[in-house]
Amino acid sequence: MFSRILTLIIKELEMLLQDRQSRMVLIVPVILQLALFPFAATLEVKNNTLAIYNEDSGRESVELMQRFSQAQAFSQLLALYSEAEVRYAIDNQEALIVIRFPADFSRDIAAGLPSKIQAILDGRRSNSGQIALGYVQQIVNDYSNERFRLQQKNVPSSLVVRHWFNPNLNYVWHILPSLIAIITSINALIVTALSVAREREQGTLDQLLISPLTPGMIMIGKIIPAILVAVVQGTIILLGAIFIYRVPFAGSLLLLYSSMMFYCLALAGFGLLISSVCATQQQAFLGVFCFVMPTIMLSGYASPVDNMPVWLQYLDWINPLRHFIVIVKGLFLKDIDPIALLPNVYPLIIIAIVTLSSANWLFRHRLA
Amino acid sequence: MSDSLVILDSVRKTFSHSVKPALEGVSAVLKPGQITGLVGPDGAGKTTLIRLMAGLLAPTSGSISVDHCDPIRDADQLRAFIGYMPQKFGLYEDLSVIENLELHADLRALMGEERVTTFNRLLAFTDLTRFTSRLAGKLSGGMKQKLGLACALLGRPRLLLLDEPSVGVDPISRRELWKMVHELIAKGMTVVWSTAYLDEAELCAEVILMNDGQLIFSGKPADLTQRIHDRSLQIRQITGNRRQLLARALRRPEVSDGVIQGHAVRLVLREGVDRPNLNELDAGDEAELVPVAPRFEDAFIEALGGGPGGDSVLAQSLSPVLGDEDIVVEAVALTKRFGDFTATDQVNFEVKRGEIFGLLGPNGAGKSTTFRMMCGLLTPTSGTARVMGIDLKTSGSEARQRLGYMAQKFSLYSNLTIEQNLKFFSGVYGLRGAWQKTVMAEMIEVFRLQPYLGTTPDTLPLGFKQRLALACAVMHQPAILFLDEPTSGVDPVTRREFWTHINGIVEKGVTVMVTTHFMDEAEYCDRIALVFRGKIIAAGSPDQLKEQIASPQNPDPSMEDAFISLVQQHASDVSI
Repeated sequence: MFSRILTLIIKELEMLLQDRQSRMVLIVPVILQLALFPFAATLEVKNNTLAIYNEDSGRESVELMQRFSQAQAFSQLLALYSEAEVRYAIDNQEALIVIRFPADFSRDIAAGLPSKIQAILDGRRSNSGQIALGYVQQIVNDYSNERFRLQQKNVPSSLVVRHWFNPNLNYVWHILPSLIAIITSINALIVTALSVAREREQGTLDQLLISPLTPGMIMIGKIIPAILVAVVQGTIILLGAIFIYRVPFAGSLLLLYSSMMFYCLALAGFGLLISSVCATQQQAFLGVFCFVMPTIMLSGYASPVDNMPVWLQYLDWINPLRHFIVIVKGLFLKDIDPIALLPNVYPLIIIAIVTLSSANWLFRHRLA
Repeated sequence: MSDSLVILDSVRKTFSHSVKPALEGVSAVLKPGQITGLVGPDGAGKTTLIRLMAGLLAPTSGSISVDHCDPIRDADQLRAFIGYMPQKFGLYEDLSVIENLELHADLRALMGEERVTTFNRLLAFTDLTRFTSRLAGKLSGGMKQKLGLACALLGRPRLLLLDEPSVGVDPISRRELWKMVHELIAKGMTVVWSTAYLDEAELCAEVILMNDGQLIFSGKPADLTQRIHDRSLQIRQITGNRRQLLARALRRPEVSDGVIQGHAVRLVLREGVDRPNLNELDAGDEAELVPVAPRFEDAFIEALGGGPGGDSVLAQSLSPVLGDEDIVVEAVALTKRFGDFTATDQVNFEVKRGEIFGLLGPNGAGKSTTFRMMCGLLTPTSGTARVMGIDLKTSGSEARQRLGYMAQKFSLYSNLTIEQNLKFFSGVYGLRGAWQKTVMAEMIEVFRLQPYLGTTPDTLPLGFKQRLALACAVMHQPAILFLDEPTSGVDPVTRREFWTHINGIVEKGVTVMVTTHFMDEAEYCDRIALVFRGKIIAAGSPDQLKEQIASPQNPDPSMEDAFISLVQQHASDVSI
């Protein structure tokens, strides 16, 4: 039995790696994504335009304006002179934020009265707007704290933020561990889902089913090559993250690879499930696509799982990527201990068992 | 009217992706107002030639003139003149019959009153009036071709190019198509009908016979068959094994070609030789040698230099199959329903050891469903399918280890090399180590696959593809061989070679079950079950089936005659 499964695995790998084209398809996208994603998929806000409508002409507003111009987030400052121009600048996306100093700004400060400035944000770009607003607030806070110190007054209590595990909020540290999870998932799915559909299309599946192989053996013969491919791709990104992007890897490799194994099994289960309901490669490809998009969107990679409605959070439990991203990030940045990892590992095992056994069931029954 | 409508002058066509030219020095003349058959096996260059005439391809060298026009230069002029029905006609399966017609009429800008009358005329002509609202995808193979023909006739062409219109069409619909084309000829149309079925050639006024890109013969089909006049013989009343007799006959130097026809063996002799001695052939005391009318296929094989010989090296390398069951394959009240459609209805049959059993039937009759249940690919709704006494549904691997299966489309891994394919299929059946190496070496030797080992099946000539598929199916020495339409689209020479192997394998005690819609393939079977609308409507040896319909008008009916009248009898029984 073992030699027959081995025959299947060798055949599958030969088909995947035989010609240059399919080898390239497996490796090049991984390298490209490794090279491009960390730069492109950053959440930092850089090189934006800050517009200023200054109705005040005092010293304090000029001082603040100069500080804004030093910030990395704003490479350009745009001076506005009327309400109409403010509206125009936001409407036409000429500026991400407009800061408006009221006419009595400097006078109030000089008089020691509380003073206000207004920030107008473009709600169409709410995410970057929020982040840019954070920078603005930071600058304003620093400025007012300095003034308090100059006047030898006590600084009123203020919040000091420290980001643990990623002290400099380096987005590469956030993206690369997730990338390991995302890229391995896409390929593990495609390899399993498409290869069964291809055999169905070419008629070779009948040849396999008529041979002494059992459906279980055929499935194992599909799962193992997919896991091998995914693990190799994951390793490429892991190495790139550690040695090129210098993301510190704090945790245990053994834990990473063993949980990756469960993760791949869960994905292969979904892949086989998709392939057992699809007749053609085209259907299988669309099936994979329909599965991958929500998987990534709801994984916590782009927006936190906690922000979702409660029912969706429960539903999202079946999303293997959601669990694996937590595991990879935990291992990478936190050296999470095995016990703390368990709540995210056991769902993967359950998902794998359920999907694989239902794929096996469907596989048998669709033949009838 | 001049007597040449299309003139081909040393036409040569090469494609960049292959070294060998698709057409080489083809010169011929097509006469107007008649049907010209473009005949030859797959890959002979028929489609290329038709596309050249339609102006869809430009010849590499040589010239083509269609009604004094150059198909490429005068394309606009010719478009109104030519009707072209490609092999896979552009029917939209999700549109109804009438919607398909409307689409093609729109494309040809056929509008107003003329459009209505044309539709009525064509629908009546093709007998599709009753089915106008049916989706094209739900039509039978024959009706699809009729609809394709109707679309090709929309522009009232004077030259109609039909590329393999009879592929996937059962014999009954095939006869209707021919009748329709003859009506068109009577109205003065010129028709080019390309086909791989050599028996269709005899229905054409003239044929252009092609093989491997080259013209073999052009002229009246009778002129070619005339060449082997008096050389076609049948050995009848054979006692003893007719398969072994055929093998012995083919070993004789005076025999050029031979096939099995039911209980008889048909031979074609070489030119100017004496008839073979029946005693030397050991045909039995009763045996007689009867001259028969030569067929076009006999002449075709003769023109290519004779058949492939009768000895199967493959069979020599196999060891005899042992076992004691008498009934090897058995279907008991086998039924399969898909929803409210019954694909196989209460089918019963038994296949004995060492027998070739054929399931014969038109497309969609249910033979494939029955076949798939027999080899365990499909679970019956009720009834049982037993192989060597074992129900494949319940018992797994062990029984399947003794089956061999060759699928319709030679299902091999197209992106693995020949060697990897052999290795994989032997490995799946548990062949390992030295044993695996020996068996593979044997197959490579027997089927002469050595030069192709490193290439993929896609690049193989069809004949070699078939050899490889057969090799993959028999490497593990199965006791039963399932063949699903094993020689569709294969040229007659390769088909003979294939059946030589099968005959040899059967002599070793292997049982063969085959589905087919080829009549000459059915002749090789010991027994046939004729499947129609999910039921077996007739069963017996090929000769018994023919006898059933023999009449004073047709004392010696062909297999096709038997097929057609048995199906029609049944269809009329049902409608009463």
